[in-house]
Amino acid sequence: MSDKIQTIENLSIGFKSQNGREVSILKDISTHINKGETVGIVGESGSGKSTLALAMMGYTKQGLYTISGQCLFKSKNLLNMTDRDLEKIRGKEIAMIPQNAGQSLTPNLKIGYQIEETLKLHSTINTKDRQLKITELLYKVRLPSPNIMAQRYPHELSGGQQQRVAIAMALAGSPKLLLLDEPTTGLDVTTQAHVLELLNEIAKDTDTSMVYVSHDLGAIAQVSDRVIVMYAGEIVLDGDVREVLSSPLHPYAYGLLNSIPKLSLPGLPEAMPGTPPQLEQNIKGCCFFERCEFATDKCKNSKPELFIPKNKKMKVRCFWHSKLSDKQYKPNYDTHSANKTKKLDEVLKLDKVSITYTKQSILDQLLNRFSEKNITVKDIEIEVNKGETIALVGESGSGKSTILKSIAGLLNTKNGAINFKKNITLSSDVRNRTNSQLRAIQLIFQNPDESLNPSHTVQEILSQPLKLYFQLSGDKLEEKIIDLLKKVRLTESYLYRFPRQLSGGEKQRIAVARAFAAKPDIILCDEVTSALDVSVQAAVLKLLQDLKNDMGTTYIFVSHDLAVVRAISDKVAVLYQGRLCEFGPSSEVYKFPSHPYTEVLLGAVLEPDPDLKPVLTAEDRVEESPPEIGCSFQSRCPRVLGKKCFTETPPWQISKNGNAIRCHIKIENLFKQQTSEN
Amino acid sequence: MVNQNQISKLKRLSEIIISIFSRPSGMIGFSIVILHIIIAIISPLIVPYDYKEINSLIMLRPPSEEFIFGTDQLGRDVFTRTLMGGRVALLVTFFGTLIAVAWGGFVGIFCGLVGGKIDDIVMRIIDAFLAIPWILAMLLIVVILGTSTEVLIPALGFFYGKGIVRVARAATHDVIARDFIMAAKARGHSNFSIIWNELLPNVRDAVMVEGAMRWSWMLLAFSSLSFLGFGVSPPTPDWGLMISEGRGLMSFAYWSVIAPIVALSSLIIGINLSADAFAKALGIDRTQKAPV
Repeated sequence: MSDKIQTIENLSIGFKSQNGREVSILKDISTHINKGETVGIVGESGSGKSTLALAMMGYTKQGLYTISGQCLFKSKNLLNMTDRDLEKIRGKEIAMIPQNAGQSLTPNLKIGYQIEETLKLHSTINTKDRQLKITELLYKVRLPSPNIMAQRYPHELSGGQQQRVAIAMALAGSPKLLLLDEPTTGLDVTTQAHVLELLNEIAKDTDTSMVYVSHDLGAIAQVSDRVIVMYAGEIVLDGDVREVLSSPLHPYAYGLLNSIPKLSLPGLPEAMPGTPPQLEQNIKGCCFFERCEFATDKCKNSKPELFIPKNKKMKVRCFWHSKLSDKQYKPNYDTHSANKTKKLDEVLKLDKVSITYTKQSILDQLLNRFSEKNITVKDIEIEVNKGETIALVGESGSGKSTILKSIAGLLNTKNGAINFKKNITLSSDVRNRTNSQLRAIQLIFQNPDESLNPSHTVQEILSQPLKLYFQLSGDKLEEKIIDLLKKVRLTESYLYRFPRQLSGGEKQRIAVARAFAAKPDIILCDEVTSALDVSVQAAVLKLLQDLKNDMGTTYIFVSHDLAVVRAISDKVAVLYQGRLCEFGPSSEVYKFPSHPYTEVLLGAVLEPDPDLKPVLTAEDRVEESPPEIGCSFQSRCPRVLGKKCFTETPPWQISKNGNAIRCHIKIENLFKQQTSEN
Repeated sequence: MVNQNQISKLKRLSEIIISIFSRPSGMIGFSIVILHIIIAIISPLIVPYDYKEINSLIMLRPPSEEFIFGTDQLGRDVFTRTLMGGRVALLVTFFGTLIAVAWGGFVGIFCGLVGGKIDDIVMRIIDAFLAIPWILAMLLIVVILGTSTEVLIPALGFFYGKGIVRVARAATHDVIARDFIMAAKARGHSNFSIIWNELLPNVRDAVMVEGAMRWSWMLLAFSSLSFLGFGVSPPTPDWGLMISEGRGLMSFAYWSVIAPIVALSSLIIGINLSADAFAKALGIDRTQKAPV
């Protein structure tokens, strides 16, 4: 069999709490990494996955210490080595690729110089050959024109390119083991797919072992051979990636897989009940006991061991795994049906809305003329009907948040109109809107840590819209707030807590409650689930869906996560560089992605299934600004027709399925091309 | 009905206080400061002698049972004068700090909010003032307007508010970039309500900690003025003045300066320790180490 490159034996890492008790973050971890193997470590925030990855290179964060166990690399324990000895191993034998490459590269040094530093430290190559080696490394991570790249500064590169440079730096010492801590989390869908493909190739070419830490099962599925599922500092499942993902034998892994929205299936995923245990909690039995549907007294009182069930290629920590292997893994989705038959009223219409961040030149200002240059968002036309969920999707820089802000009145539009309920034109400045217009449109932000005032209690947070719009006070206010809390499935006991005393999911529920307090017609959701864990995300999506069904609210939902959009939306608008590419019912857009950009975008989505590989057709490149004439997608489009694409703005075409696209290629021909390729 | 929100906030306050006193620096610092304040308030009632009674028969007596800190060159009891020596200093600097926090906080938040040209102009004026050595400016003011407390309080308050302007402005910049401000704006709250409800509670902590630090600096400044003869006029007891008077005799009558020096430095150390503990309890860590 293959040799073990690293072995972790009974490792526990923890800290001393304020009252002097020992609290462990990692509990009795034993595993190993084989030569040439890629191991994915998956778990939600607080599961200890990053702590484990850092321990693998002999590092414990400040305040943490090793309680017991060891981490053996080449039969030497990394955790009791001196710093001097560790320096020789880190970078050369074990290298780390951090989450945010933009922050881990030194901003004032050229890329080439930074790679050279690593080479100087960890190799014996002479000065002349070093330059060649740098070029070779940059070529290996497939950066265009490596020689020029080496002379650039980090800020001159895009996020994906920076990540590639970080990979090149890690490869400089030709390490035996690569540790990757959420390396693609901050990247766009297409960029992420490209980086993962690169990692796969490197693993194959260099026979390096990799440890890939992520919360994203989709990414893990693409790169790993083996997957370790962590929960509350323990390994609950450890085994072959295909087997784990097709029939997870641990109820937590099962629930986790179930709570991920998938592209292939419409409707909402099932949420996992409960929250992970607190660190300080002393657990005698199984750590998943409180949330498990199979839990019995046995689970409460005795801890299951990690063992290999018969005929399986995985280790599992559960007494009742056989119940799960009998239960066929079949995702249970409650599909929401859009009420198609009913005649819907239009609540919001964006009429040729254009927005720009750049200041207009003085001449243009004087002549009250609208300059066509540098427009961030151009000619957006979207109609929103009552009770619908419209999703705006696109990669970063596509202008989706910009559009939301302008609907909320926080950003002035330069051209066009935002019409509310057909006859009212909303002012593009929030100060000029009437009270009832303000009430009608509410916002929910991405990160509840930022959107809830840390010095207000939940009661104060929720009372603000009620006081402002309905002038409630006294008992009536109190009653209404409790009512709102119940609506978002929280109890009265939350009333006088501060945001920092709530979990991430609870905070987002409060933010949702605050938006609903105004009894709005439209709620603008700006990436509302991307700061949350997968299982929490499913619960929040379910809540949003339920509230919509009860109150008939309309959502405008911005997200970069196409699977989430698929789960919740009725209609999808695909944006590229602030220009609308495709707009139509989500079932149609996802089934027949006709616009080339939609096709590229959907092809790059990662599913938690190692056999579904992403399709990468377009070049991975970030454009600085949209082209002034022609189609916005001209420079990356895999189906460019010819000169027409670069000079003429493409016309709208409507397919027989009801989705409208903006492309020069006849929609029927697009279909033909796509089906013939498949 | 008792307002539950206030109870929650009091609970938070008590948590902060407990957190302050559970740190050695907070415990020691606050004990020193509170002790000084108590002494300053009750000293006229407990001192054994009259602070201004001159007696040429008992000049420069070393510490003894009768005069535990000895006597000074005019035969006054050093113990009495030391106990009472902090009264004026504490009074002036306490109100001076309040003024500094008030105007510094106001201008800082205002500049942070309006930004643009007004911010530029105001900040450049503040920079210009920061460039003037404070002692020269203070001397000028004192020479023109006199050394009464009515002059010293606003003058010190003005000079020590400049630093607070910068801190308040930076804190405002941090807070207004956060989403809850944008959320309040999108809901359509008035500017006043946004500043009062959303901004102030989050800027307050930083400004209060800065104010506490300024207090100790101001105390030192006030004592320096007295030392130079521009602060408190004799025979009012004051540490700075006592140190200045006893300075020349230090080689053989050390006791006349030791007591005021210990008193002054202990108060300054006490305030600094308290401010540090206060900052840590509020989660504003000024001593973060690099992770190397």
